[in-house]
Amino acid sequence: MNIVMPNFASVLPEMFVLGMACAILVIDALLSGRRKVITYSLSQLTLLGALILTVMHSGEKEVVTFGGTFVRDTMGDFLKVFIYVITAVVFLYSRDYIKSRGIDKGEYYVLGLFGMLGMMIMVSAHSLLTIYLGLELLSLSLYALVAFQRDNAVASEAAMKYFVLGAIASGMLLYGMSMLYGVTHSLDIGKIASYIASHQEQQMILAFGLVFVVVGLAFKLGAVPFHMWLPDVYHGAPTSVTLYIGTAPKIAAFAMAIRLLVDGMQGLAAEWQAMFMVLATLSLAIGNIVAIAQTNMKRMLAYSTISHVGFLVLGILAGTREGYVASMFYTITYAIMALGAFGIILLLSRKGFESDQLDDFKGLADRSPWIAFLMLLIMFSMAGVPPTVGFYAKLMVLQTVIDVDMLWIAIVAVLFSVVGAFYYLRVVKLMYFDKPSGSGSLIEAGIDTRVIVSSNAILVLLLGLFPGGLIALCRLAFA
Amino acid sequence: MFEANLSLTIWIPVIGGLLILIAGDKWSRQLALLFSVATFVISIPLWTQFDSGTAAMQFVEKRPWVDTFNIYYHLGVDGFSMPLIVLTTFMTVIVVISAWEVIKKRPAQYMAAFLIMEGIMVGVFSALDAVLFYIFWEAMLIPMFLIIGIWGGPNRVYATIKFFLYTFLGSVLMLVALIYLYLKTGDTAAARSFSILDFHKLPLTLTEQIYIFLAFLLAFAVKVPMWPVHTWLPDAHVEAPTGGSVILAAIMLKIGGYGFLRFSLPITPDASRELDWLIILLSLVAVVYIGLVALVQKDMKKLIAYSSIAHMGFVTLGLFIAFAIFSNPEIAGQSARFKTAALGIEGAMVQMISHGFISGAMFLCVGVLYDRLHTREISAYGGVANVMPKFAMFMVLFAMANAGLPGTSGFVGEFMVIISSFSANIWYAFLAATTLVIGAAYTLWMVRRVLYGEVANDNVATLKDIGTREYFMLALLAIAVLLVGVWPAPITEVLHSSVNNLLQHIAVPKY
Repeated sequence: MNIVMPNFASVLPEMFVLGMACAILVIDALLSGRRKVITYSLSQLTLLGALILTVMHSGEKEVVTFGGTFVRDTMGDFLKVFIYVITAVVFLYSRDYIKSRGIDKGEYYVLGLFGMLGMMIMVSAHSLLTIYLGLELLSLSLYALVAFQRDNAVASEAAMKYFVLGAIASGMLLYGMSMLYGVTHSLDIGKIASYIASHQEQQMILAFGLVFVVVGLAFKLGAVPFHMWLPDVYHGAPTSVTLYIGTAPKIAAFAMAIRLLVDGMQGLAAEWQAMFMVLATLSLAIGNIVAIAQTNMKRMLAYSTISHVGFLVLGILAGTREGYVASMFYTITYAIMALGAFGIILLLSRKGFESDQLDDFKGLADRSPWIAFLMLLIMFSMAGVPPTVGFYAKLMVLQTVIDVDMLWIAIVAVLFSVVGAFYYLRVVKLMYFDKPSGSGSLIEAGIDTRVIVSSNAILVLLLGLFPGGLIALCRLAFA
Repeated sequence: MFEANLSLTIWIPVIGGLLILIAGDKWSRQLALLFSVATFVISIPLWTQFDSGTAAMQFVEKRPWVDTFNIYYHLGVDGFSMPLIVLTTFMTVIVVISAWEVIKKRPAQYMAAFLIMEGIMVGVFSALDAVLFYIFWEAMLIPMFLIIGIWGGPNRVYATIKFFLYTFLGSVLMLVALIYLYLKTGDTAAARSFSILDFHKLPLTLTEQIYIFLAFLLAFAVKVPMWPVHTWLPDAHVEAPTGGSVILAAIMLKIGGYGFLRFSLPITPDASRELDWLIILLSLVAVVYIGLVALVQKDMKKLIAYSSIAHMGFVTLGLFIAFAIFSNPEIAGQSARFKTAALGIEGAMVQMISHGFISGAMFLCVGVLYDRLHTREISAYGGVANVMPKFAMFMVLFAMANAGLPGTSGFVGEFMVIISSFSANIWYAFLAATTLVIGAAYTLWMVRRVLYGEVANDNVATLKDIGTREYFMLALLAIAVLLVGVWPAPITEVLHSSVNNLLQHIAVPKY
């Protein structure tokens, strides 16, 4: 029997993260309560190591290894780097938060790392099974993280909902994958693609399988009508976990969509484009309209996420290289904006005061003008108002959509973004035009958190003024 | 003198605004005055070194910005944009002076917002790249949103959100149109461009042009504002602080008119020809109906806001009357048509400049009264001239100008547009000319009720006349109003080449 040795060099980052996560789990068990800082530092070191390993091997040619189940390419490397950076920032924001809430356990970081490993696998998956593996690793870690504050009823409820709905979605995805396997006799994405290209006659069953795959995907992305879990989970989870769920997994889900639909089922593009069109339109509509009625900041941002997913999906459905580039740019900038928005909520909160009600932002400009200004930048960016990066993200997506003659959907998208502007403006209104009410929040966060939050929001402005570099990088990923 | 430089005119006030934010409240006024005067001085060479013999863009700067989409940092001015830039820098100086003692709440932020907005507005007038234009156009909303929301009147939140959403709604469809045009400029990404000048040359079918025209129309009509999308303006004006109203009326409304000149007319001339009746109709409705609405206002600011809409009706009328003139068979010869059409467009431009001065001055006058009695109700005043003679002199002058009295700038533009519309259709001219009656009626009636008669109540009796600062700022505007009124040649001269070039461009079908 001829055994081909897999190319271990291209999975070094994954192996490193896996090894470190296990090691941290063991080391943490041996540490006394006061020395938890070691766990934190080791986690950050892991991220740094993974970053170095990934960058070291980047720029090389695409490598498919492990019997065709794993792929290392520019897009994957690039997205992974972003995932590391975002996870690092999430850990940094979380440190003070979990300490003051009494959930300062080593498992928090370990679960975070395992979740990240799941995302890395999703990003680099080249087989249906690998995708599923990565997805489940991510989801299981996130379920546990949501329930991390276990005596909190809201959080437990959110975790339960997330778990049940997530399990159903995973089931759907798996069912769809089994259909695909049944027809194509392969789990390898490359082989599936070539099979679909050469067998046009079995479209019926393939499309049947595709529907379930898209449902699973839409659930993970949070596109309407598979968005029910999103507001509850965002709301119920500890803010530091919401921060995590709202940012990095979106990048992984984007990668999953590209791997499954673009790399694997390009031959069925007409089918999934039609489905995505429905998802996009509904997401834009429901996300933007329902967000107006929210009084909780985290819930509002959850619905705002849904509307952003609508835009993200638009880029993919254009079905051109420019569209994928635009969608990737959108995903990354969205992650940056969400990181900033939740980061500011974290920054303003303290023990016993979550600062997640919209009213908690009243008069913020009087209390801490700098933070209010940062939030203003992020809100305008989410609304897509120049000179922030949100504008370029929308511009790129709209441009690709119009390029493929889907003018009407571009018009729908911009009209709903006007609706969306209203609730972002309301946050600005609360901060700048209203008098402070009730408990003014003292900012307790450390200097590191403040610096990162500030640079995060300033980045939103800088990328808006000079988007060229990031656009060029995104194009490189789809060269 | 030093070289004219557009970038400096844009970025000096922006940097100044940021410096003021850092420096804090204490020296904010002095710094703001310094930067606004500096910007004004920097903008003067734009006028003195302007070559009025050419319609080409001048003082051009072009640097690559976003390579993948061929977006350039591309600036330049012609006869349409240059006067508006100088108007912007001039009015900002006035606004800074007007806020000197009046703004007590967060003065540094107030001054910074105006300076940053000044830079952005100059950017709107000088951008020659569509994305750059759009960025400035939208970015302008942010400072104005904050100005109305923070320093405005009791109902400011409603007004400012309405203002933002209205203008945002108008501009997003323009964005779609701009992207469409970009995609039309070439088949590959490398061949495409966002240059507005390239857009001018695009051959477009009539159907395409009509859709693009309507998208532009929504954006610019909201800004101008034209009836029936004008309803944000009275709210925004009434709630805005004095400086905000001045900038809104003097500059922001002009951006709508400028948009027609830079985008709608040259990019979609055939659609403009097809739909000229619509614009002319809406303009006449604005002139007549909104004029009548102004007549019944009880609030001074609201009255001036409605009068602004009516006056801006002349601008849109003057811009689109050209098409009615072209299609009028009674005018013999192409050159005669060009001459009368040019009169309309130049009249519209003069009207924009003049309205910038007059409406700004009128809002400042109301501001002077409001600072003293904290009410804008006409009925709360009466006999103010008895206690404030110097103020009354200025207010009467500006009111006369607002009513279009010969010798003031208000007369020149309106007269040119009316003359021009005579050649198109006598009924257009007749309806437009009713403004001379209605405008005089609402303005002078307000002046009579506020300034003349017996001293109405004890509050009015205690009024103090204007001080040196207020005198100075109103005098500057009075000089401008009279100067343009008796000697409009400097403005029209600058316009000639650009107007002729535009007319030649729009006279022939594009497809």
